[in-house]
Amino acid sequence: MIEALETLLLSLADDDLCMGHRHAEWIGLGPILEEDIAFASIAQDETGHAQAYYQILTDLGLRTPDEYGFHRAPAEYRCAHLVELPNFEYDYGFALMRHFLYDAAEQVKLQALRNSRYDPLAGLAERLLREEKYHWLHAQTWIHRLGRSTEEAHTRLKNALQMTWPYAWMLFEPLPYEAEMVEAGWTPPMAELRTRWLELIAPILQEVDLFPPAPSEEELSSLAGARSGRRSPYFEDLYREFTEVSASEPGAEW
Amino acid sequence: MYGNLTVRPEDVENWGKKVDQENPEKLAEFEARIERGEKIEPHDWMPFEYRRQLIRLIEQHAHSEIIGALPEGTWITRAPNFRRKLALMAKVQDEVGHAQLLYSAAETLGKSREQMINDLLSGKSKYSNVFNYPAKTWADTAIIAWLIDAGAIINQTTNAKGSYGPYVRALERICWEESFHLKYGYDSVVYLATGTPKQRALLQDALNRWWRPIMHFFGPPDTASVHTEKLVKWKVKLATNDEMRQQFLDMYVPKIWELGLTIPDPNLRKNPETGKWEYSDPNWEEFWQVINGNGPCNKERLAVRRFAEEKGRWVREALLQPNARYVTPLA
Repeated sequence: MIEALETLLLSLADDDLCMGHRHAEWIGLGPILEEDIAFASIAQDETGHAQAYYQILTDLGLRTPDEYGFHRAPAEYRCAHLVELPNFEYDYGFALMRHFLYDAAEQVKLQALRNSRYDPLAGLAERLLREEKYHWLHAQTWIHRLGRSTEEAHTRLKNALQMTWPYAWMLFEPLPYEAEMVEAGWTPPMAELRTRWLELIAPILQEVDLFPPAPSEEELSSLAGARSGRRSPYFEDLYREFTEVSASEPGAEW
Repeated sequence: MYGNLTVRPEDVENWGKKVDQENPEKLAEFEARIERGEKIEPHDWMPFEYRRQLIRLIEQHAHSEIIGALPEGTWITRAPNFRRKLALMAKVQDEVGHAQLLYSAAETLGKSREQMINDLLSGKSKYSNVFNYPAKTWADTAIIAWLIDAGAIINQTTNAKGSYGPYVRALERICWEESFHLKYGYDSVVYLATGTPKQRALLQDALNRWWRPIMHFFGPPDTASVHTEKLVKWKVKLATNDEMRQQFLDMYVPKIWELGLTIPDPNLRKNPETGKWEYSDPNWEEFWQVINGNGPCNKERLAVRRFAEEKGRWVREALLQPNARYVTPLA
């Protein structure tokens, strides 16, 4: 059971850890100052949420949040490949679309997890939703605004969606030990959450003429395995960066 | 984070006639208000030169905040643990937020944010020299957050006693936030100073690199002139560069020594008779070189800003045309 619980919590935590990292890259480089600040806030929230998920495991006598966040081997991470993708030369259209798809997924997951039969997770989900509300509001507002504006903005969002779509779909890749988790009432099946996610985003994307068809099996299978430790080609650089200082002097306190 | 306003030769040349041309009655009334400690608000009458100097001051301050976000910003994704990562993100976010507040304060004087940013990118308007030096290691970020922010607090609490309402109010909030940066920076420094030999060496190296930029931070000694006097009278400049430098040295040199660090200036000492700090010439030639674009990172910093401006252009254009694509449905 502990493997199942660890898998569930690491998938949630590692997603937030890497998403926080990628969003933080916008501080100082946003298209307008207000977006530097917004992405910085969201990045802080996501990073803090990762820490809070790890803490649940720490409270069970497992590793500390810093050990989970900064001192694991690459194959031990359980994040989806969507959050590993870089910001591609500071492409704001890409960053915004990823943020939209990701935070919609967070809405759906957390709404389900607040009813989890694993109490520490249900309590945490309730708390995180209070912050996530603003991420979701921010993402929707921008998709709505840019999607109705210039042709260039629309084209950029369309390209970004095309690129991120299969990756976002795989945020709901079935988890190892998923049957056990569902049986225990910790989480609904990922496939069910994906359906709810599609219901949430479809009207918003349709309104700005952007809703795409489902990705092909081929696209999806090439991205499979993230929740079992298969990392994308982008993870190596990401990992080297976020462990750079902590790995430079093992055992030191900072 | 910011350094002090330095009066440049070209300001002095353009000055006298402009003030002479002002309506003497209005000028007298304006100066009397400042003398009484009243704040000047955006719609109040003010001399041309007051407006011009304030725009320059606040704009430079705002630019310093966004450029200042860059050297520390590159370390957010490399921060060694959750505690530092969250704190550094919040700190750098604050700096960008300060820029936002300050651009708004400067806009009340009649120059738009776009114009100010264009002048930054073209090199026409300046920012604090200190951000033209690189943050080479994690320890540099600790030194910046402690000592550069400490310098900024001295400068900004001084400027917060100024006469222009919107700037003063922005500074009050900024100082409040900066005081947390200082705590964060000091805490980081203490961990390094009491850490492993390697961490201590990193910290000492960072201090060695940053000492000269820190000495430059408040600007070169002011040359006494009627123009500086005017700025002082109008409460645009509230202390001389040297006064602020002395205050900084008084407050922080003992703390640096207490941590067992060495300050890379063998001549640094407090003269017991004058009560003033004495130090080696911090090479003011280098200061002017850096102001004029020849510091170690001037080109890189502006290149990053230009890149961000270029990459974000389509977003700003789209925001100005919110319904360009959208057609109201017929039914």
